[in-house]
Parts: sequence; structure tokens; C-alpha cells
Amino acid sequence: MSDLPSRAKVVVVGAGIVGNSVVKHLAALGWTDIVLVDKGPLPNPGGSTGHASNFLFPVDHNKEMAMLTFDSMAQYEEMGVSTTPGGIEVARTEARMEEFRRRMTSAKTWGIDAELLTPAEVKDKVPFLDESVILGGFFTPSVSVVDSLQAGTLMRQYAIDKGALTVSPVTEVMDITVADGKVTGVETDKGYMETDHVVIACGVWSPRIAKMAGATIPLTPAVHQMIDVGPIDILQETNNEIAYPIVRDMDTFCYERQSGGSMEVGSYAHRPIFHHPDTIPSIEESRLSPTELPLTQDDFDPQLEQAIELMPMLGDAEMKYGINGLLSLTPDAMPLVGESVEVENLWSAAAIWIKEGPSTGKTIAEWMTHGYPELDPHASDVARFYTYQRTEEHILDRCAEHFNKTYGIVHPREQWESQRDYRISSFHKRTEALGAVYFEAGGWERPHWYQSNEALLEKYQDQLPAAREHEWDYRWWSPIQNAEHLALRESVAMIDLTAFAIFDFKGAGVVDYLNYMTVNQVDQPVGSWIYTPLLTEQGGFRSDLTVLRMGDNHYRVVTGGFDGGRDAYWFNKWLPADGSVTFEDKTSALCTVGVWGPNARKLVEKVTNDDVSNEGFPYGDVRQYTIGSIPVTMARISYVGELGWEITANMEHGLRLWDLLWEAGQEFDVTPVGAGVYGTSGRLEKGYRLMGAELESEYNPVEAGLNRPRVKRQDFIGKAAYLKAREEEPAAHMCTLTVENHTSTSGVARHMMGGNEPILTLDGERILDSHGRVSRVTSAGTGPSVGKYLLLAYLPPEYAVEGTDLQVMYQNELFPVKVARVGAQPLFDPDDSRMEQ
Amino acid sequence: MRILTCVKRVPSPGAKIVVTADGQAVDTNMLGFAVSPHEECAAEEAIQLIEQHGGSSTVMTLGPAEAEEQLRTIMSVGVDEAVLLTTDGSDWDPMATARALATAIGELEAAGGPFDLIFFGNESADSGGYQVGVRIARALGRPIVSGIKDVDVTDGEVTARRDTPTGSEVYKLPLPAVLAIKEGINLPRYPTLKGRLGAKKREVAVMEASGEPGGQVMLTLLAPPSQETPTEILGDGASAAPAVVDVLERIGVL
Repeated sequence: MSDLPSRAKVVVVGAGIVGNSVVKHLAALGWTDIVLVDKGPLPNPGGSTGHASNFLFPVDHNKEMAMLTFDSMAQYEEMGVSTTPGGIEVARTEARMEEFRRRMTSAKTWGIDAELLTPAEVKDKVPFLDESVILGGFFTPSVSVVDSLQAGTLMRQYAIDKGALTVSPVTEVMDITVADGKVTGVETDKGYMETDHVVIACGVWSPRIAKMAGATIPLTPAVHQMIDVGPIDILQETNNEIAYPIVRDMDTFCYERQSGGSMEVGSYAHRPIFHHPDTIPSIEESRLSPTELPLTQDDFDPQLEQAIELMPMLGDAEMKYGINGLLSLTPDAMPLVGESVEVENLWSAAAIWIKEGPSTGKTIAEWMTHGYPELDPHASDVARFYTYQRTEEHILDRCAEHFNKTYGIVHPREQWESQRDYRISSFHKRTEALGAVYFEAGGWERPHWYQSNEALLEKYQDQLPAAREHEWDYRWWSPIQNAEHLALRESVAMIDLTAFAIFDFKGAGVVDYLNYMTVNQVDQPVGSWIYTPLLTEQGGFRSDLTVLRMGDNHYRVVTGGFDGGRDAYWFNKWLPADGSVTFEDKTSALCTVGVWGPNARKLVEKVTNDDVSNEGFPYGDVRQYTIGSIPVTMARISYVGELGWEITANMEHGLRLWDLLWEAGQEFDVTPVGAGVYGTSGRLEKGYRLMGAELESEYNPVEAGLNRPRVKRQDFIGKAAYLKAREEEPAAHMCTLTVENHTSTSGVARHMMGGNEPILTLDGERILDSHGRVSRVTSAGTGPSVGKYLLLAYLPPEYAVEGTDLQVMYQNELFPVKVARVGAQPLFDPDDSRMEQ
Repeated sequence: MRILTCVKRVPSPGAKIVVTADGQAVDTNMLGFAVSPHEECAAEEAIQLIEQHGGSSTVMTLGPAEAEEQLRTIMSVGVDEAVLLTTDGSDWDPMATARALATAIGELEAAGGPFDLIFFGNESADSGGYQVGVRIARALGRPIVSGIKDVDVTDGEVTARRDTPTGSEVYKLPLPAVLAIKEGINLPRYPTLKGRLGAKKREVAVMEASGEPGGQVMLTLLAPPSQETPTEILGDGASAAPAVVDVLERIGVL
């Protein structure tokens, strides 16, 4: 432990599993002059790592989580701090057994060994369990338990041995200095350090430290109760820290894990109990540690009963230790990783659990070194949250809602109940009156389908696919979506698109700036738009959006509501410092409605005197027109592949704009259509990819089928990698597959969700490309106009051949699929004649 | 046998106690509460004696409604009955505490018969008055010895031992008697899960404490200055061994 240096390249605050991982990986990537501080002592400074249960269950439905856990497990294994007792999740309900089938499917996708067990088989492995209480189990032999404190010590030592790291424990950060929007130094109770980068890895204290710099890390400290009971003979006899598999009693939200001769029983079943980062006790004020607070017995009592039910021997065991343990929760239960949106070179490494600690440390180190990590971090990216989502109330409400779902069964399309109606579009009054069922998109209440369209079910009954039979597939969905789809393609629809994030860029330097950000050439005629990916330095997808040229030095970027936060951050990061380009977030100033369908032109003609003929307003153009008295920007573009426009106006005109279009559309039976069509069936039939689904940083435009014949001569982020990818044979191709038979072995028709279901060979084997990436379903949905259920998935060249028969696994059953299209050519209206008429 | 143990709800020892800004109360924000350690051992002793001789045990406390938590803790390790003497929530001084408890004991004995033994903690972990047990014994007209580290009951009398600087003193008292117990007399058991759940289901008798908080008025709470123990790091790993040997020789262990 040395004296605090006066200068560092990077100061990492927090020496829990995350801080230790960050310093290790920074050192491995060649960083020097790293300083690690923690207000507590080492090896256990008293944060969540110190009392963590330390087990890793690798199967996750979320791809990012699964990848992070996988990598962390490997790192722990390599450090020699891992034991593998295996883990069994037990079910007390039929719904849970069904969820296990879903877990088997995810296990298959990620290549994790897993097995469904009968109660008797569970008892074989866990003899002290009362098998009459359960219906079955989901067994993962690779579940491991790690010594996270030792791992931390080894990781610090690695960096110290490399001469890269100075460690200063018992050093409290008092302030972070910032100048010109950039980190300049860290003030501690042992002195001041000038530094270029700061990484906040303080777990539950992170928001407090971030605030010192003027940044936000949206998490809340939350309680998770655990007790230790013992000694218990059968556990003591194993003479081992952990010999029996860890049991997760999923339906009671509890777990039981052996800890030497005792059993640790943990619970996520109690009421959400939150604390504020500012009122966490200091080390002196804590009997055990600041994150081991006194157990509130009453909250745990129901779980005592349930634990005894499952493992009767626990009844007579002594409760030696019990805590309200503190851990970090975020509004959407994913970590907070990446550069803060408020302060340059201030990095967030927070809300990360033991099971993704080492890999997140690696992610952050790669991000800081190469500009983007190897594993796509978009779901953990701290930039994803909008301002209102960073408020205390939002954080607490959402965390209260999801805390008890930690072991819950969460439907992929499930919508939040709390914190709704915070972003309301200008059209809301009308869409509400039409019975819109709203799903949340970037916080916006966006119509997903309209109940008022129920009559269409009868109108289109001969064209609609067979009904969905299984309750799970039917949840958060309606057959009305398919009827809306048909109505749109038959006549004309109006779609509320206010959830778009819209940014205006102006200034003398705007062309050069945007050309540096994008793949495709932005220097197009005024009044035209381009679709373009944005890449990472490594040539993978960073963003996917539209750029409209509004004027010589005025561009408008339109991106999805889910990506607005991350994209705003990215654009701002690269904005030239000389002021030659200005950035204006126009999202809240504008509203957008899409009008599409064969009768779209006929509708719009009625409300504008401006030229909307094909000659006067060709596909690919943008115009500043007038509808009624409303100045509008009309872009001839379509994510559903039909003739029509995205019509944008100032938000105050929205209601009037809707009414004008609606009235004009009555003649053509205009249908209000929701995102169920716009984001799924409509775009799937056209093979349009979605950022965050098909488009991730692990894939490049060639693989996604989005490469153009030529590459612009200007330099842009990721150009070198992109050129190289164009030279090579792609390791995978984005394909559209059709489901050939929906009937499961139980005779029920099933419909895949696009939740990473694995595509398998006819022998039932996983398909991996030469980079080791697995073929999985990234999007799925009905294609009512093509009469097939559609899946999007990447396939390596040997399988990416139209007509190839393969299988998809869904809920642990196999279904035949066929490759319908390799690459981007649409299944529906392949030459885009409908769109470009 | 009938044994009564009187316990007090105190802030969990082991951490720095934070006093509110105005010095009038303990900051309970993150504080846990426990049974004062001497009393925990007294309750364990009572349980062991009942296991040995048969009979029943009772635990009583004078305190706020929240003190029910401590009674349930003691019940969960095996004490049969619990009585909560509720106060207005303020801290009662030793004389008032003793008066109220003595009155309640009188009522309990009138209803259920005399307690062969009444146990107190030697002193409470928070205020350390050392008096309540003595005052109650006096009020009840029973003998008391304090600082007890060993208890043995035979035929109508109790043998109690306590440490002295040079050895120990052994006392024989006729029953009924009162003892002030010292931590270290035994290792209290932890509650089992069943014990905890069983205790939850049983009733705690609630009586209102008789009398007033007492003559002593709290002026202010002061946290004593923290004592820094000077620490010398002898070295790191195996190379520190010679320095360790030096120290052991210096202090006469070797």
C-alpha cells in the first residue's frame, strides 16, 4: 500500500469484484499508472462482493447476460477460484415447469449442458430435499461457486506484478473534478490525483460518487435477505465448502446453498426494501459491514416456512447469521456500463453481480481501449436511459416492480405497470379513443394494436393464419395485429411514430462530421434521405438509422425510441469541438405519423396541394410541404414496404394533423395500425433488420446483407474493418426462415417469440459459424401477406442456402423450418414495386 | 422450577453508535437492536436449568412496543412465556425501572406462583447502571449476588460462583433468589428456524408499566472519543516471521 500518487492515467473507485476486474483487464490491455482506491480495507472493503452468495447460474434468456456469465465463469475457472457443485432449479407449479422448457431452449442456444429432472431424480442429487413438494427440476451441472474475494486479490496482483497498478485502500473519494465536460482529477481524503479517466465501480455507492462529477448512475441500493443456518450433520459430513448442488426454489423466490457445514438460505420474496446511497452506514457504524445490515426478521419469516417445507432438516438448524444484504438494482435489471453521458472519460461500472463481474471488467477495459468492447453491450449501456428514467422515483418504482421477479417468469413481451404514461404522443387522444393497446417504446406510450379493429378479424377471416392456441404465445399479443397488417397492405393505414428519437444537425462542418459517423454517403441532394448503419471501430453495428438532408447545412437523423439515448450519446461524443456543428434533440418538439398502403397517395392528395405524385415526389425524397395549415416534413420511406410517407410536424399540430389525415382516409377505410405491424409483421415480410436484434456489434454489414456495391471514399468510423470484411467471405448470412409446421408433440400449435431460440440441424445440433457465433432467432412473427410464420437468423454459408431444411427449438420442442431467403431481398414484393410506385 | 429472566432492548453492540445531531437520541437509521449480552446468557442459563430440572421459564422486559422483537428472540431459543411492560418509549432510570418491574413481578407471582430464580444481566450494554437487579431483590426481600459465572441448583438452594482478581467466590443462596449474570457463563444457543416460527405464533402478554420514567433526566448523549490503537505493520508474508518472533519474545510468550 503506497502513498497516493499525484497523477494517474485512470483512477478506479471501488475494489469489489468489478473494480478489481477493471484494473486487471486494463493492465492486460497495456494501461499503466492505474490507481485503485476504496474507502474500505482489503481484501474485503465491505461492499456487496464481501457478502455475496457467489454462485453463477449460466442459463439466461438474455443474450448479453448469457455471454457475460459464460465469460466470467471461464475467467474464474482460469484463476482457480471456482468449484462446480451444479445447480438445480425446482418447480412447485406447472407454469414453472413450462418455464423450465424455455430454459432448456436457452441452454441449448448457448451450448450449456442442462437436464430436466423428475422429483425423484432431484432427490437423488439432493437427498435432504422433500421431493413431494416439487413437480420437477432444471439441472445445470456447470453451475459454479467462486471465491470472489480471492479472485479480486488475484486480479489486483496481476496488475501490480505488471507494474501497472497502485492500490490505496482506506481512501475515500470526496470529489471528482471536471473541466470542459471532461474528468480532470479525483479528490480523496489522502490527497488529490490528476487523472484522465475515472471508473466508478462502487456498487451501491455509485450514484453518490457519480453525482460528485455531475453525472448520473441510475441504480438504487436494495435489500436481499439471507440467513445462514447450521451446523447440519449431512452438510458437515461432506467436509467441503460446497458438495451438494445449489437449489433454487424458483416459485418461492428463494435459494439454498451449502456453505461448509451450514446452509445459506437467500430470498427475493420479501417486500422491496430500498436505501439511499447517502444513508448507507460507514464501516465504523456497521456491526458487520455497510452492506450487511441487520436482518428484519418479520420480512423473512414466510420464507423460513417455505425453506423448511422443501428441506425439513433446516427446521432444527440454528440461525447463526442473517442480514439484509445490500445490492444494486436498476430500472430494467440490467447493469450500468460504459462512458457516462454527462462527463467525458467518466465510466460507469455499476450494478454488476458476481456472475458477470470479470467479464464486465473486460468489457469496460476493451471499451476504454478500443472504443467498443468485443461483446455487444447495448443492453447494459448506461447511455440507454433517458433523463426522466434517471430520476429517483422512476428508479424506485421500476425496481419495486421487478425485484420480486428476480426468479420470476417474465414473458418476453411483458409490459411494465409502473411509471407508465410519462411520454404521451400528440395523437394520444385519438389513438386512445380508438382503443389503442399501448406498449412502451423508449418510454413512449406507443399503440401496439387497436381494439377498434376487432371487426377486421371477421373481414379478413379467410386470410388470417390459424389462431394461436397456447396461452404463452397469446400473451401480450392479439390476432388483431395480423388483421391490421392485411388492412394496411390492402388500402391505407395511419401509424403513430412519435416514439422516434430525432436529432437535427446544423453547421458548416455538418457534412464532414456525419460522413465520419456513417457508412453510407450523406452528401446527397438536399431533399433526400439515406438509410445507413453506423459502425464501431471494429466494423460491427453501433447504430442503424435514417439521415435526411433538410438543407445544405442541415441534416435530420431519425432513430428508434429504444436507441435514442445511446445514439444521442454517440453523436455528441464525436461532435467537433470547434462548434462547426450543432446538435439539437428534436424528439420532444415533433410528432410523426406514418401513412402507408396502396391508397396512401390518394389519401394524402386530398389534404395537400403540394405534389405527391411519383414523378414529383419519388421514393427516397424528403419535402417540406403543407397539410392544411400545418408545415410538415414528408419523407417517402417505409419500414413496412408500402407506398407512403413518414409525416412529421411540430408536436402542437399533431392532433389536427391526425384529424385531417383521418378524415381524408375515411373514403379508403383508413385503419389505425400499431407497432405490432410496424415493428414485426410488416418489416419481417420485407426482411428489414432491427438494431438490437439482427444488428449488433458482433456482426458486420456484409453478414447482415446491408453492404452496398461501393464504399464512399471518405473515412468513417469502422471503415478499415468494413473494407476488410468486404474482402473476405462472410462467416454468416442473415436469412429469413419460414416455419413449416407449428404443431408440437403435444398437438398444440406453437409460435416462436424471437427470443434467441436455436436454429438446429436436422440432427438436432447447434449451428455455429467460424467465429463461434451460434445461429439463433433474432426476430419472429407472422407474415400474413406471405402466409407464413417468419424467423430471422444468421446462418453460416453451408446452411445459408434457400430451400435448406432445418429445425428450430422452442419450449424444448423441435419444429421444422426452411430457409426462404438468404440476404436482404424481401420475401414480400421483392423488387419493392409497391413502395416505389 | 420457575425462572424469570429480565432483559433489556439495546442497540446491537459491535459498531459505532451514532448520536443524532441534537444529542438527544441514538440515530436508529441503520441500527439493529439486540438483547443486552449479559441477559442473553442469563436466558440461556435459565433454559439449561429448566432442561435439567423441569419447570417453566419466563422472559420479561420493560421497554417500547418494539421490544417485543427481543422477547420473541428469547422465546425462539426456548423460553416459554413472555411479558412486555410497555413504556412511553423514553428511557426509564434504574429506580423507576426497578419499581415497575418489581410491581409486575408481584403480579406474575400472585397469579402463577413464586419464581425460584430471577435472573438479571449484570449491567445493560447501553446505560450500564448495575442497579436494577439489586433494587428489585431488595424490594422483593430476596438475596442477590452479581457477576455470576456459574450456577448450580440443588434441593431448594442455588450455588453461584463469580470471578475475583485472584480466583473466585462461591455463594450459597436459599431459593427464591435473585442473580445478576455475567456474559461468559455459557454460550447462548442460536434460535432454530422452528424455534423462530414457533415463537412468532405464541402470545406475548402485554402490561402497562406502573409509575413514571423516573427522576434522572437525560441532558445529552455523548459518544466517547474513538480510541485509536496504534498498529505497526511487521511485514508481509513469510519475510515477516522474524519480526513476529521478536514481538513474541518481547511480550514473554516465548
